[in-house]
Amino acid sequence: MYSNAYIYRYAGIMVILVAAILSAAATLLKPLQQRNEAVDKMQSILTAAGFEGVDAKNAIEMFNKSVTNMIVIDNEGNIVDDFEGEGKENSSAFKVNLKEELYKKSVSRPFQLPLYVVSKNGEKIYIIPLRGVGLWGPVWGNIALKDDFKTVVGVAFGHKSETPGLGAEIETPIFEDQFPGKTIFDENGNFVSIGVIKGGVVNMPANRQSHLVDAISGGTITSNGVGDMLQNVLESYEPFFKKQG
Amino acid sequence: MSAVKQEKEPLFSAKNRKLLTNPLNIDNPITVQVLGICSALAVTAKIKPSFVMALSVIVVIAFSNVIISLMRNGIPPRIRIIVQLVVIASLVILVDQVLKAFVFDVSKQLSVFVGLIITNCIIMGRLEAFAMSNKPWPSFLDGLGNGFGYGAILLIVGFTRELFGSGTIWGFHVIPESFYDFGYRNNGFMILPPMALIIVGIIIWIQRAKNPQLIEEN
Amino acid sequence: MQELFNIFVKSIFVDNMVFAYFLGMCSYLAVSKTVQTSVGLGIAVIFVLGITVPVDYLLNEYILRPGALVWLDKSFSDVDLSFLSFILFIAIIASMVQLVEMVIEKFSPALYSSLGIFLPLIAVNCAILGGSLFMQEREYQSIAQATSFGLGSGIGWFLAIVGIAAIREKIRYSNVPGPLRGLGITFIITGLMGIAFMSFLGIKL
Repeated sequence: MYSNAYIYRYAGIMVILVAAILSAAATLLKPLQQRNEAVDKMQSILTAAGFEGVDAKNAIEMFNKSVTNMIVIDNEGNIVDDFEGEGKENSSAFKVNLKEELYKKSVSRPFQLPLYVVSKNGEKIYIIPLRGVGLWGPVWGNIALKDDFKTVVGVAFGHKSETPGLGAEIETPIFEDQFPGKTIFDENGNFVSIGVIKGGVVNMPANRQSHLVDAISGGTITSNGVGDMLQNVLESYEPFFKKQG
Repeated sequence: MSAVKQEKEPLFSAKNRKLLTNPLNIDNPITVQVLGICSALAVTAKIKPSFVMALSVIVVIAFSNVIISLMRNGIPPRIRIIVQLVVIASLVILVDQVLKAFVFDVSKQLSVFVGLIITNCIIMGRLEAFAMSNKPWPSFLDGLGNGFGYGAILLIVGFTRELFGSGTIWGFHVIPESFYDFGYRNNGFMILPPMALIIVGIIIWIQRAKNPQLIEEN
Repeated sequence: MQELFNIFVKSIFVDNMVFAYFLGMCSYLAVSKTVQTSVGLGIAVIFVLGITVPVDYLLNEYILRPGALVWLDKSFSDVDLSFLSFILFIAIIASMVQLVEMVIEKFSPALYSSLGIFLPLIAVNCAILGGSLFMQEREYQSIAQATSFGLGSGIGWFLAIVGIAAIREKIRYSNVPGPLRGLGITFIITGLMGIAFMSFLGIKL
C-alpha cells in the first residue's frame, strides 16, 4: 500500500508538472494563436462583406485595403472612437471584447460595441460582429449591411462546438446564402431583426418573408441561438442607426 | 520496446493479435462494452465528422494507454482516476493548443471534438480496465484495437444516417435526382440523435444474431 | 426565486441531460439493469453534479474567467486562465468521484460491486463535465442559479435512468427476439424515449 505522504507527494508533483507544461504551451503559443484568431476574424468580416477569394495569406492586406473606418459606438448610439489609417488590427474597435460587452448589456450596464466600415466598388458597407450561444457553446459571426442600415449584404457565421452535420451547418452556404437581400427594419421603420424559423419561410405572410430565414432541420437549438444572437446584437445598434438615418 | 524483448514473446503473438481483432467484433467497445456512446451520437449525422472523430480517438487512446501503462506502477490507487484524467486531458489540450498555433484551419475543424474526446469513456475505460495492469506494448495494441472497433461502428452509423438523412455520402449527392421526382424524400428523422440510438440497436441485433455467445439471458 | 425555479424545472425536463443532449449515455445504458442499482447510481450523479457545478462556478468566477483575478490585485485584470478550465473542472470532478467511490465502498459494498467499473466512470460521465461546461457557457449570474442548475440536471438524469430501469425490469417478461435482448432493446427504447422528450423542446420558461 502507498502511504498518505506518498500520495500527496505524487499528486503535488503531477499538478505542478502538468500546470507548468500547459502554461508554458499556452504562453509560448499565445502570440501565434492570437495572430491566427485575428486573421480568422478578418476573413470572416471580409467574407460577410461579399469579398471572394479571401484566405489566411491575403486577409491582413485585403483587410487594411478595404476597411476604411473602425468605429466604436456606445449604447446610446454615439461614436466613441473612429479609427482610420494603418494598423487596423490594433484599433480599439478590433479589440472590443464582444462577450464582455454583451454581458454588460444583459445586466443593464453601459456598453460599447464595434462597427467596421468597408468600401467595396465605391459602396459603403457596414459590418457588425455578432456573438451568441448555440447548443453546446458559443456561436458568432458578422453581418454586413448596406449604407441604408437596413438591407443585408451578407453574413458569415462561425461556431465552437455545434453538432457536426446539424447545428454546425450554420457556417455553410446553404444557410448563409439565405441572408443577402433580407431587411432588419419593416416598411414602417420598426426594428424587426431577422428571424430564424421552422416550417418554411415560403409559408409565411408575404410582408414578413423579407425578415425571415429557414432554420436548419435537426439543428433547432443552434438555429434559435442564431436568431436570438441577431436580435440581441442588432437591437443594440438601433440608436446608432436612428441617429445616422 | 525493451519490455517486449524481456517478455520473449513475438510482437504479434496470437495473444497480441487478439488484442487488436477482438474489439472489432466480439469485444466491440460500443456494442458490447457500452463505452463511448455520447460521442457516437453526437458526431454521426454525417460520415466526415465520424471519420475525423474515429481517427482522433484512435490516436489519443493508443498513446494515453501507453503513457498510463508506463506510469502504472507508481500511481497510488486512491487517486488513480484523477491521474488518468489529467493525463488524457493534458494530452488533448496540448495537441489542441499546438494545432491552434500552427495549423489554425485544422484546429477550427477539430475544436468540436476536443471536449468529446476528453470525456469519451472509451479512453478512460480502457485505461482503467487494461493499461493499469498491462505492459506498454499490449496496451498500445489494445488501444489501437478498441479505437478501430469504435471507428467501425461510427462509420457504419454515419454512413446510414447521411445516406438516408441527407441523400449524400461524404457530402456528395448519391441518390439520383430522378428518385426525388418519383416522390422519394430524405428522411429528416435520420439526422436526429435518437435515430443513432436505434441504428446502434439494430447493429447490436445483427451482431448478436451472428455471435450467439453474446446474447444476454434476460 | 422564480428564476431559480425556472432553471431547476428546465434542467430536469426541457434540457434533460439524457434525452435532450444525449449525455451520460454509457453508464445510463450499462447500469440500468435493475431499479435498485439505478437509484444508487442516480443519487451518486445528483450528488456529484450538485457539488461540482457550484464549485466549478466559483473556480470560473474567481480564477479562470478573463479578468477574474482582479480580486487579488488590480494589475491582474488582463490575465486569462480559461485554457485551464477543462483540466481544473476535470480535476474537481475526479476528486469528487473518488470521494463518492470511497463512501459507497465503505457503506454499501453490495452497491459498490454491482456498479463495478461504472462508478469510476462517472468521472467521465459526459453529463457531469457537460454540466460544468454548460454552466460556464450559459453564464449563470449567481451561485444559487448554478446550484439549482446542477441539482436539476442531476435529477433529470436520475429520472431517466430510473425510468429506463423500470421498463427493462418489465420487458424481461416480453418476448423480445434473442439477439435484441438486453442492450439492443435498451438502445431502441432510449431512442423512442428521446423522441418523446423532444416535445418538451417547445416549452419556453
